[in-house]
Amino acid sequence: MSQGTQPTATQPPPVDPAETATVGHRTPTATGRLSWWHGDGGEGAKRNLALIGVLLALFVIGAATRSDLYSNPDWVWANMLSILKLASVVGVVTVGMTFVIIGGGIDLSVGAIVALAGVWCTTVATQNFGAGGMIFTAIVVGVAVGLVNGTLIAYGRLVPFIATLAMLVAARGLAAEISDKQTQISHNGTINGIASTNLLGIPLLVYILAAVVAAGWVLLNRTTFGRRTVAVGGNPEAARLAGINVKLHTLLLYALSGLCCGIAAIMLTAQATSAQAAMANLYELDAIAAVIIGGTLLSGGRGTIVGSLLGVIIFATITNLFAINGLSTEAQNMVKGGIIVAAVLIQQVQFGSITQFFRRNRLTTS
Amino acid sequence: MSGHDATNEATTGEVVLRLTDVVKTFPGVRALDGVQLEVRAGEVHCLLGQNGAGKSTLIKVLAGVHRPDSGRVEWRGEPVSFANPQAAMRSGIATIYQELDLVEDLSVAENAFLGHEPRRFGFIRRGHMARRTREILGRLGHAEIPPGRMVRALPAAGKQVVSMARALSHEARLIIMDEPSAVLAHDEVGNLIRIVRELTAQGIAVIYISHRLEEIREIGDRVTVLKDGRTTAANLPARETPTSDLVSRMTGRTIEYVFPDRPAGTEVGGELLQVEGLTRAGEFADVSLTVRAGEIVGIAGLVGSGRSEVLETIYGARTAEAGSVRMAGRELRPGSVGAAVRAGMGMAPEERKSQALLLGEPIYRNVTLATFGRYARFGFTNASRERAEADRIAEDLEMRPRDVRRAVGTLSGGNQQKVVVGRWLLGDTKLLLLDEPTRGVDVGARAELYQVIRQLAAQGVGVLLVSSEVPEVLGLADRVLVMREGRVVRTAPAGELDENTVLDLVMAGSLMEGAPA
Repeated sequence: MSQGTQPTATQPPPVDPAETATVGHRTPTATGRLSWWHGDGGEGAKRNLALIGVLLALFVIGAATRSDLYSNPDWVWANMLSILKLASVVGVVTVGMTFVIIGGGIDLSVGAIVALAGVWCTTVATQNFGAGGMIFTAIVVGVAVGLVNGTLIAYGRLVPFIATLAMLVAARGLAAEISDKQTQISHNGTINGIASTNLLGIPLLVYILAAVVAAGWVLLNRTTFGRRTVAVGGNPEAARLAGINVKLHTLLLYALSGLCCGIAAIMLTAQATSAQAAMANLYELDAIAAVIIGGTLLSGGRGTIVGSLLGVIIFATITNLFAINGLSTEAQNMVKGGIIVAAVLIQQVQFGSITQFFRRNRLTTS
Repeated sequence: MSGHDATNEATTGEVVLRLTDVVKTFPGVRALDGVQLEVRAGEVHCLLGQNGAGKSTLIKVLAGVHRPDSGRVEWRGEPVSFANPQAAMRSGIATIYQELDLVEDLSVAENAFLGHEPRRFGFIRRGHMARRTREILGRLGHAEIPPGRMVRALPAAGKQVVSMARALSHEARLIIMDEPSAVLAHDEVGNLIRIVRELTAQGIAVIYISHRLEEIREIGDRVTVLKDGRTTAANLPARETPTSDLVSRMTGRTIEYVFPDRPAGTEVGGELLQVEGLTRAGEFADVSLTVRAGEIVGIAGLVGSGRSEVLETIYGARTAEAGSVRMAGRELRPGSVGAAVRAGMGMAPEERKSQALLLGEPIYRNVTLATFGRYARFGFTNASRERAEADRIAEDLEMRPRDVRRAVGTLSGGNQQKVVVGRWLLGDTKLLLLDEPTRGVDVGARAELYQVIRQLAAQGVGVLLVSSEVPEVLGLADRVLVMREGRVVRTAPAGELDENTVLDLVMAGSLMEGAPA
């Protein structure tokens, strides 16, 4: 049995300022505070508790504004499931995005990859191979595009922002080309059934999300892959000098993100029983926003899968809240924007100061 | 030499800057511990001292970056204390740092007037600014540099001229130059010297810092020597003072280096590392060396002599352009850290924080950064095993605090260094490359690190050590290589060398050799 890496909430021991000081360097002011925000335990757990608090607050707002609906427990349960279902596709994409961002990169092409994989797996030729062929195609397309991203970034030395922005444009273009700008109907009952099947009263899509999140958590917190991700994102030079193959790992991170996009493409195609080049529009923004709200540092090196999941669920809950109150999408987007800003501001306060935030950025990108 | 005539005139100019008993402490260290300095208008005053003698701190005090804790700074007869660098600039003290602080993508004129652009109604007077820049460049003898040219497009020497133009745009009366020749090619140094002479002829005082004694002899009027934060000699004549005199004033030290005794009769094993003809253009050339199992080999040299680059190239962090690196007879693939680590090398790089540590991560994960894969099974990490191994290392190296779940960023420099060294005590490291292992490390932790290094060697690990501190190299190493300007100039057993000999070799004015006199 492994207690794992959860530090049992230890008090930071007092730090002797003379002992922590180093001479001649402009060092970050090393304080005892560092010790409680590291790792996947202490601080991450605290922050996630705060996010759960936000979710509860949203629930209370819902109950206050639509007490008529919330008085019915069956409706509340069904509504929660519909929120989770709403969160499931973006949630899967967000797990991959979390890895990429912890590893010091960013992937703007996720929405486009979902669209390309969705369109490719619903071509007439592919549908002839049945459900297995469609799933295989979606995943292969997703991973392949991710490998292209990763190769450009790791070995072509392109900035992740640029490489994946280019891929965003190119992949959507290719998707439009393949589909001839038409909506492609999925005739496969098994695929379509993924979105409509319930197991023990819970939608299959929610199980898929849970499985991907669980796998992502284990991968990040319990495997050498996860450890390398944190090292590569936190200090690529240190990782390299410790013998870690930073380029290969960077490549794999984008492939992982592509894999998640392939899975999401199947889920989204099943939901719509069709695919088209414009599907999964702006998923990259939803995923990045969820990762940020979840407390992952945009400069890399630290983050949690659970936080990202909570970020996605918070967004879905807000969408749901506005829908049940009959409010506009525009108002909804404004609130979401505000929440992203608030989350980043809270991050900066927690990391001591804005200057430290920028210094970390400089360290990890140089 | 024509420049020599000015000497007497300069040393009789009025005193513009006088420092009396200036003290500056940082937590744990007295960086300046009673500095005296007197600079006259129109003279080139050279500051000499080893790394860590306090030169940089002194410059920063004068530039308004640091404020002294005590002592007097008189500038043109008035006691001053600059609140910030802008204040120092405004009162006429300009500093040219070694890493030129120019904005590469702005023009020459924009850089020269950065922060105090001539304005009218909030708009920059571009024409006026270009005209004044041209005039200043003319004064510097470089009227050929177009004010509109992007700084990025200029060679190193041109950038330095722009830095000086910036100083003059502030009407500086004192210009501080921190190792200005370090970034220049041989033939450009003559030009630098000519510019400095022109500045002093206009009555501007120059504080000139350089490690190159020959340069100081050619350009300097008087020399002040710093050692361990104190002035050990002031106002020596730059040309007449014998080299041995200067060197001994720089080295007669008060900090005690406590080296563990050399274990008697430890036998050195077979050749472990063989480096032949290693070359990287512009960094170092034709470096050959060997390290035997159980042997400590030290490389002495100044910053910029290529010593760190050699170490990183052996480790595969830089790709060799020529030459070979063999570990136990097998040639390593150039430019592959992975291959070096697999062959049994480990490195503690020069910059702990930026090159070796994940500051926000716990100690144990930093200790096992190179080995966590070994404790893993089927790709799953074994955190409790890692903590146990890290605990053992923390115990052996007497890390404080002992709790390996603490974030590494909270440790002192010495303990952080123990984490980096400790990383390579796990696994089967046969050769340890140490780059400035005691930089920023306090005296106590220093002695402990020395002990650790000796013990490792006694266990048969080969050690290749780079340090700017000559006593450290001499006290720790069995064999010493002296590097200067990318080449190994001397290899000898440590017992055959003393500090002054090494310093002479390290600082010999080879820069001026071969340059037109």
